Amino acid sequence: MTSRKKFGRYGKEGVLETLERIIAEHPFFSGIDGGFTNLMTGCASNVRFNRGEYILKEGDTANTFYLIRSGKVALEVLAPQHKAIIIATLGEGEILGWSWLLAPYQWKFHARAVDEVRAIALDGKCLRSKCEENHDLGYEVLKRFAQIMERRLEATRLQLLDVYAVR
Amino acid sequence: MLPQPYVVRQVSMETPDTFTLKLSPETVSNGSFFQPGQFSMLWVFGVGELPISISGDPAEHSQLVYTVRSVGQATNSLVTRNLGEGVGVRGPFGTGWPLQAARNRDVIVVAGGIGLAPLRPVIYDVLNHRDDYGRLVILYGARSPRDLLYRKELAAWAHRRETQVLVTVDYGGMSWRGHVGVVTTLFRYARLQPSRSVAMVCGPEIMMRFVTRELESHGLNRHDIYLSMERNMKCAVGFCGHCQYGPHFICKDGPVFSYEELRPLLEKYEL
Repeated sequence: MTSRKKFGRYGKEGVLETLERIIAEHPFFSGIDGGFTNLMTGCASNVRFNRGEYILKEGDTANTFYLIRSGKVALEVLAPQHKAIIIATLGEGEILGWSWLLAPYQWKFHARAVDEVRAIALDGKCLRSKCEENHDLGYEVLKRFAQIMERRLEATRLQLLDVYAVR
Repeated sequence: MLPQPYVVRQVSMETPDTFTLKLSPETVSNGSFFQPGQFSMLWVFGVGELPISISGDPAEHSQLVYTVRSVGQATNSLVTRNLGEGVGVRGPFGTGWPLQAARNRDVIVVAGGIGLAPLRPVIYDVLNHRDDYGRLVILYGARSPRDLLYRKELAAWAHRRETQVLVTVDYGGMSWRGHVGVVTTLFRYARLQPSRSVAMVCGPEIMMRFVTRELESHGLNRHDIYLSMERNMKCAVGFCGHCQYGPHFICKDGPVFSYEELRPLLEKYEL
């Protein structure tokens, strides 16, 4: 069962400070200006997913992305008459989801928690709106996502080469 | 140059197409010695001769161990030897991994597929002489879970002190609970201290190119990165030229090279 803890025992301000610190310390946002972290905190919440739980599903509306704090997530494709095919796994320090950035804002894969996953969920609509208002924030976010996309594209190309096959 | 007679003492299956053979000399000998990274020419009488990396413990002198992937007639005839049957052994040949240069430093072992076999002697040496080395980081990738070599040993190594073992597969399936992705994706989880590390890499050449790029981006110097290269071999002593690689003979000047000396050649696709 998903748990979305908003405020906890520290009160609203305490939790927001914690969320801001977690976001600032997450590798994806390493080096980002403190003012931007503060802006993004308003779109953030703590989430937890149990083992086996689906975090997002192919075809659903993409309005969130996740900063993974702990646990492992499997990206899957469901093929007719086949079991789910795991195409990649993501772990601590990585981000899950970029379909929220680009229209038509639809998830392209399933994402399943392989074990218990703790993450910071960032509301995509909220963040898109803030990026439109503040283009410097938008550039910082896009720059980081572009690096992620480049690394994953390179890894996918290497995966496609099937280098271990006998030729 | 003459093959020495050895006898098959054990054949064990690592994966559906990969087997580990243990050979011991047919007659009493002074022992079988080798440096991690070296290879032997194994002669299957009446079939042919193959270069195979030695994959056993360099501290064990009573036998030689080889992990062989069955991909054709010669390798298949090798892995289907019965216990007690003979195999001719020439060598060991070639250069070994830079264990001296790695003393008192962290050792990063990056292997792909059967590339873990020539690196296993390094792991044995580091674990047998734990105080002579820093941290040991093993990054290993294979095509699928059923293609992983030495699974029990990998699990055991992960529990050794100052040792991190990360394993991934390109294609996982539903029952695999580990990492899925190419071996370069493991770097984000590896605890590295680049300035005090030596990296040793073995696997498909394309994989090694991607890995060296990743190692450099993590701050390792080119002269601290070593690769084990492979080409067709015949004589194994630098005469026939079959294994020529630019100005080098893999059999004699390698198979282990520093990335610093190999980098210009790796970029030449016609080699």
